[in-house]
Amino acid sequence: MQSLGINVLFEGINLQRLFGGLLVTVEIAFFSIAIGSLLGILMGLIRTSKSKTICFVCRIYLEVFRIIPILVWLFIAYFGVTRMFDIHVSGEVVAVVVFSLWGAAEMGDIVRGALESLPRHQMESGKALGLSSLGVYRYILIPQAIRRMLPGAINLATRMVKTTSLVVMIGVIDVVKVGQQIIELSTLRIPTAAFWIYGFIFILYFIICYPLAKWSKKLEMKWES
Amino acid sequence: MANKENNPVLLEVKNLYKEYDGRAALDNIDLSIHKGEVVVVLGPSGCGKSTLLRCLNGLEMIQGGDIIFYGESLTGKDVQWQEIRQKIGMVFQNYDLFPHMTVIENILLGPEKVQSRDRNEIMQQATQLLDRVGLLDRKDAYPRQLSGGQKQRIAIVRALCMNPEIMLFDEVTAALDPEMVREVLDVILGLAKQGMTMVIVTHEMGFARLVADRIVFVDFGKVCEIGSPDEFFTNPKTERTRQFLNIFQY
Amino acid sequence: MNVNWEFIITTLPLYEKAAWLTLKLAAGGILASLVLGLLCSVILYYRVRGIEKLVQAYIELSRNTPLLIQLFFLYYGFTKIGLTMSENTCAIIGLSFLGGSYMAEAFRGGIESVSKTQIESGLSIGLSKMQLFRYIILPQAFSVTIPAVGANCIFLLKETSIVGAIAIPDIMNLTQDVIGMYYQTFESLLMLVMAYLVMILPLSLFLSWLEREVRYAEFGN
Repeated sequence: MQSLGINVLFEGINLQRLFGGLLVTVEIAFFSIAIGSLLGILMGLIRTSKSKTICFVCRIYLEVFRIIPILVWLFIAYFGVTRMFDIHVSGEVVAVVVFSLWGAAEMGDIVRGALESLPRHQMESGKALGLSSLGVYRYILIPQAIRRMLPGAINLATRMVKTTSLVVMIGVIDVVKVGQQIIELSTLRIPTAAFWIYGFIFILYFIICYPLAKWSKKLEMKWES
Repeated sequence: MANKENNPVLLEVKNLYKEYDGRAALDNIDLSIHKGEVVVVLGPSGCGKSTLLRCLNGLEMIQGGDIIFYGESLTGKDVQWQEIRQKIGMVFQNYDLFPHMTVIENILLGPEKVQSRDRNEIMQQATQLLDRVGLLDRKDAYPRQLSGGQKQRIAIVRALCMNPEIMLFDEVTAALDPEMVREVLDVILGLAKQGMTMVIVTHEMGFARLVADRIVFVDFGKVCEIGSPDEFFTNPKTERTRQFLNIFQY
Repeated sequence: MNVNWEFIITTLPLYEKAAWLTLKLAAGGILASLVLGLLCSVILYYRVRGIEKLVQAYIELSRNTPLLIQLFFLYYGFTKIGLTMSENTCAIIGLSFLGGSYMAEAFRGGIESVSKTQIESGLSIGLSKMQLFRYIILPQAFSVTIPAVGANCIFLLKETSIVGAIAIPDIMNLTQDVIGMYYQTFESLLMLVMAYLVMILPLSLFLSWLEREVRYAEFGN
């Protein structure tokens, strides 16, 4: 019976459809991570400002994402925007917007942490060697900042990839939704379809996230200062 | 110091070989330590003297040779290091008192929990020892409230309360401010006078000359020279030893 | 914008009930996670042969897959191969599966935060591995473990928002139903946010306070 069950994966164009759904997932993750990182770097720079109000506002922005679950934000954005303002936005767009904003908040914190942890005398030491301000940034500060940021940033990216699984709840046809559709069609013929399909998706996510996590750890150990 | 070489051998190191990162950290080390003897190990940084000490109480594993304590081999899988370490005491460069316990709690922990001795009996011994190092009034203080020299003296008392047969000292004054070095060395001198068997790794040349029964000079993981302090300092046998001693002459 | 307060007041009891369910599930998941995490870290500490690798594999698997997939796999997948369970049980199992590895990491972080020299110092006075753990490692691991465990608790509480996917009548499903039935979108979403704020904010503040207390007790500042 078991060997019959796993065949659901290889029937017809099931595998193809699953990978199609995976593509949607990866696209959402990719755009969210890219936009989120760029905004996040900006936000991190802003947060080093001396103005207390700016820091306070940014802090609230971050906390708001840390206290309210991301799925709730997806709901608010999706149901709120479509019903309250009578516009139709696709789930994908809503997802990318929400994830990017979330990513920006978290990335901003990572960047801020990295910048603040840099030893303060580097600018003076750099200038004493004859470098211009720009030179100090380029050769001394930015490389160090990147090293402190990268592990955290990769960790954030991994979390974002995992969170993209939630988009099925706002109607996006991602790998989870495709899986559900396949199960619906196959479940009468192959009772254990659900086990194999969800198991397969489980492994897909693992294959994406595990290498990222390992990479992040490797970098962290390599650059342990 | 009196010739202790007629006393029974407590600890014997035979042909010790230890590897580190593929290189030999210790090679062909032979050493016998007699009861009541004070052996001082000298040598340049990185020569392996601390590693040697750490092999003696099982903090480092050896890949060749043997260590024999009271006739029993300390190599092999079944060595009960927990038992052995009660008899071979060690004091580290960074004292490492337990920060969440007071001085007296630090001292009582081993005897009470490991040796299951009567609390009153340990208390008596601890009080005596603390008094001897001049720190009885600090027995309820936390390590963070003490100076480096005070902490190191407490670390020595903590090790002594386990009633070890041998004491190992790993550069115990290296991390101290100069003014505090003397108070710690005085304690060790006191122990030597009482006949405690000790292996001391140190940089303090004057102290080494005073306290040692024998000096062992280690260089690049090998024993370069062994001799009495007088021989060693006034008439070194090898060129390497002469070079080393010159570093300390201005 | 006109807020329909009457609607909010009438649906409040529903939200309250759903929130209690969420809290109960979270509590169950957190407790089970703590037990599982503790078990795992003990196994890793003693390096129990054979099981050590299993525990490490478990930790990697649960940390690198989303909770939603874990729940679907458990609830829809495992029931098809003969194992039946209620939605609530499945939610708690799912939360503990995920939470267990996070807690294990928190405990491991605490253990590793105790410096190697402290461990050597303890070994030198003849402490056994168990005594070492109890007298030297555990007290010193606290100030690193408590914040991490606390953060995990908040994390698990937030993750409960996902259990609605397996048909549990929690706040998320309630909100969807209410919006579908009464079209009071703004008010429903407002209550949704309020519900989570009320559940999580106090916990977050309590945690910050606890962190400060633990740090004070250990370092005196």
